[in-house]
Amino acid sequence: MNTSGGEITVHDKHVDYSGAKMGMWLFLFTELIFFGGMFLLYAVYRSSFPEEFYSTSAELHRTIGAVNTVVLITSSLTMACSITAVKKGDTRLSALFQLLTILFALTFLVVKYFEWEAKIGHGIYPGSEALTAQGQGKIIFYSLYFVMTGIHGVHVLAGIAVISVTMAMTLKNRINKGDYIRLENTGLYWHFVDIIWVYLFPLLYLIG
Amino acid sequence: MNSGQPAEAPQSFYYNTGKYRGVLSWVLSTDHKRIGILYLLSVGAFFLTGVTLGLLMRLELIAPGKTVVNASTYDSLFTLHGIIMIFFFIIPGIPASLGNFFLPLMIGARDVAFPRLNLLSWWFYIVAGFLALATVVMPGGPPDVGWTFYPPYSIRTTTSVSLAAFAAFVVGFSSILTGLNFITTIHRLRAPGMGWLRMPLFPWALYATSWVQVLATPVLAITVLLLILERSFGVGFFDPVKGGDPLMFQHLFWIYSHPAVYIMILPAMGIISEVIPVFSRKAVFGYKAIVISTMAIGVVGYLVWGHHMFTTGMSEEAQLVFSLITFIVAVPSGIKVFNWVSTMYRGSIVMAPPMLFSLAFIFLFSIGGLTGLVNASVAANVHIHDTYFIVAHFHYVMFGGTGFAFFAGLHYWFPKMFGRIYNVRAALIACVVMFIGFNLLYFPLFILGWNGMPRRYYDYLPLYQPLNVLSTIGSWVLAAGILVVVINLVRGAFRGDPAGSNPWDGTTLEWQVPTPPPAENFDVIPEITHGPYHREGKAQ
Repeated sequence: MNTSGGEITVHDKHVDYSGAKMGMWLFLFTELIFFGGMFLLYAVYRSSFPEEFYSTSAELHRTIGAVNTVVLITSSLTMACSITAVKKGDTRLSALFQLLTILFALTFLVVKYFEWEAKIGHGIYPGSEALTAQGQGKIIFYSLYFVMTGIHGVHVLAGIAVISVTMAMTLKNRINKGDYIRLENTGLYWHFVDIIWVYLFPLLYLIG
Repeated sequence: MNSGQPAEAPQSFYYNTGKYRGVLSWVLSTDHKRIGILYLLSVGAFFLTGVTLGLLMRLELIAPGKTVVNASTYDSLFTLHGIIMIFFFIIPGIPASLGNFFLPLMIGARDVAFPRLNLLSWWFYIVAGFLALATVVMPGGPPDVGWTFYPPYSIRTTTSVSLAAFAAFVVGFSSILTGLNFITTIHRLRAPGMGWLRMPLFPWALYATSWVQVLATPVLAITVLLLILERSFGVGFFDPVKGGDPLMFQHLFWIYSHPAVYIMILPAMGIISEVIPVFSRKAVFGYKAIVISTMAIGVVGYLVWGHHMFTTGMSEEAQLVFSLITFIVAVPSGIKVFNWVSTMYRGSIVMAPPMLFSLAFIFLFSIGGLTGLVNASVAANVHIHDTYFIVAHFHYVMFGGTGFAFFAGLHYWFPKMFGRIYNVRAALIACVVMFIGFNLLYFPLFILGWNGMPRRYYDYLPLYQPLNVLSTIGSWVLAAGILVVVINLVRGAFRGDPAGSNPWDGTTLEWQVPTPPPAENFDVIPEITHGPYHREGKAQ
């Protein structure tokens, strides 16, 4: 967090770039700790039921998980490109990259939807009879799977909404070469959402 | 309130309504001073609601057996009393009201870093408040689980636990936004020349508080969210049948809620550190020690949550460590008490209402803090766990501490906020009445708890009755004191004598601007050339 400099004046309006970025970082800390609560539960319950966690993890579809990981990481790339584009003054290109980011995010959610659908189709979801009849470790693993990927999914959804807004602002030139902090902060948030997935993927899919 | 302002302050922020008129000029304002007053009125309303619920509880406890309410109503009373007092009064009470109003003024800024987030935070607070109150009229009735929401009962009960938990979730956003805003404000908007060690102690306290708000509140958010998911979908994280562990809820809950205790007390300590030097006409004793202990409390406070769970069967090693760290966190608090007392030593003490409230704070907080050490030692804790000793302890810290400091701060900054002064004599009398009532109400609870009376029951054995009667009488005396304060302040805001810009001879920046402050706070942002408690012509 750079605390010196970084102040510019746009249209007589005082804009504090470093301040805005600091606020965003603080928000990301809160998000990290929010997910941290779930990772803590994961750690505790995995140490209570190691065998069942490994065997249940093997029931998840690794290839689909891997594809989604690639999709989400690529969306981070396009997000970064959109910021570089706006820095170079090309707002149309930036908006295009933001659109691509949204499309990748939607792809991720669609894939996730089919993944959930398959499990739910087999009667596996929190509170279901089929799941409740299983061993305790398996119940907890699937609950963690649905809750963690679900809350992550909500964050992806929120990201899509926010990027849609920044895309519109970029097209209207309200995000431009001289004032792109909103886009930059959106990018920080988006990378954070990706990083959470980068941890969720191995912890849920790859331990089996 | 516009019409009631003194004529010599036409440029005050009360006249600058911005884009909107009437009520909208308040509830849609991004001026930190207006938001501070909005918060002050809202937390005040919730405080009085909580007081009323508390009075009803004490009335029920005036005699064994059913007196005025039945067992389940009593359960709802203590739950709502806890939720309202903790989440809607003590946590936002000082930072969001007095902090919002005075942080920018005290560091020489025109507003907070994110004025619109500031307004959003108030709206989150109000929405959450209505959600919490709505539980009363919901089918299923108000929650009956205590403010701690412990499973497994909180999973099974049919009362409106999910809605109450959601209210706590939403008010958490409000708290996080305030914290995030204050940290950025303090980093970015201090006046030129105000290095970290020239910053007054109330902003320092808000700084430490804000970090705790930002880093602890998300844990509460995920905890209550998981509780809601547990109730809605049966995810099983806290349900032993499904392999979950109810103790994990307790751990997560206290990982937030113990640091939250420091969210409540740190700003209170900040107020006391402002009031005592002003009314002793001296620079504060040991400025750096107070700064360091403020930050130390913020850090160490994270590591002590286990002391709420000594009787849950945690390992002896864990008990030992949590107990030790809890003893350690008392050290910085002790340092502050010595600093305040040393500040008064050989000072010219002026016994104005803020000073009297601060002295009451030091006395009550010391009792609360020292009995905290009794709780911190494992052996004693097992004896007094879940008894009225605990209730007495945290009311001494939270009400005797934070509550009295809130009133100290309110009486201290009131003239600056409203441009008028309340009746000083009435305020002094009210403080004495509150002090007597407070001790009558809560001190007997120490004895009752030590003798084994458990908390959270509407009934008790007849042998506990005499002290319970005394305590209930104390609740009426305390309420009378609070009533006098409220009437005095409301009357003062409209009809009090005009206050000058610096009625208490304060040295910090908020006293250097006109009263009430203009919309932009400072015509010219001041250059800071010395520490906050510097007095001309005085040896420091």
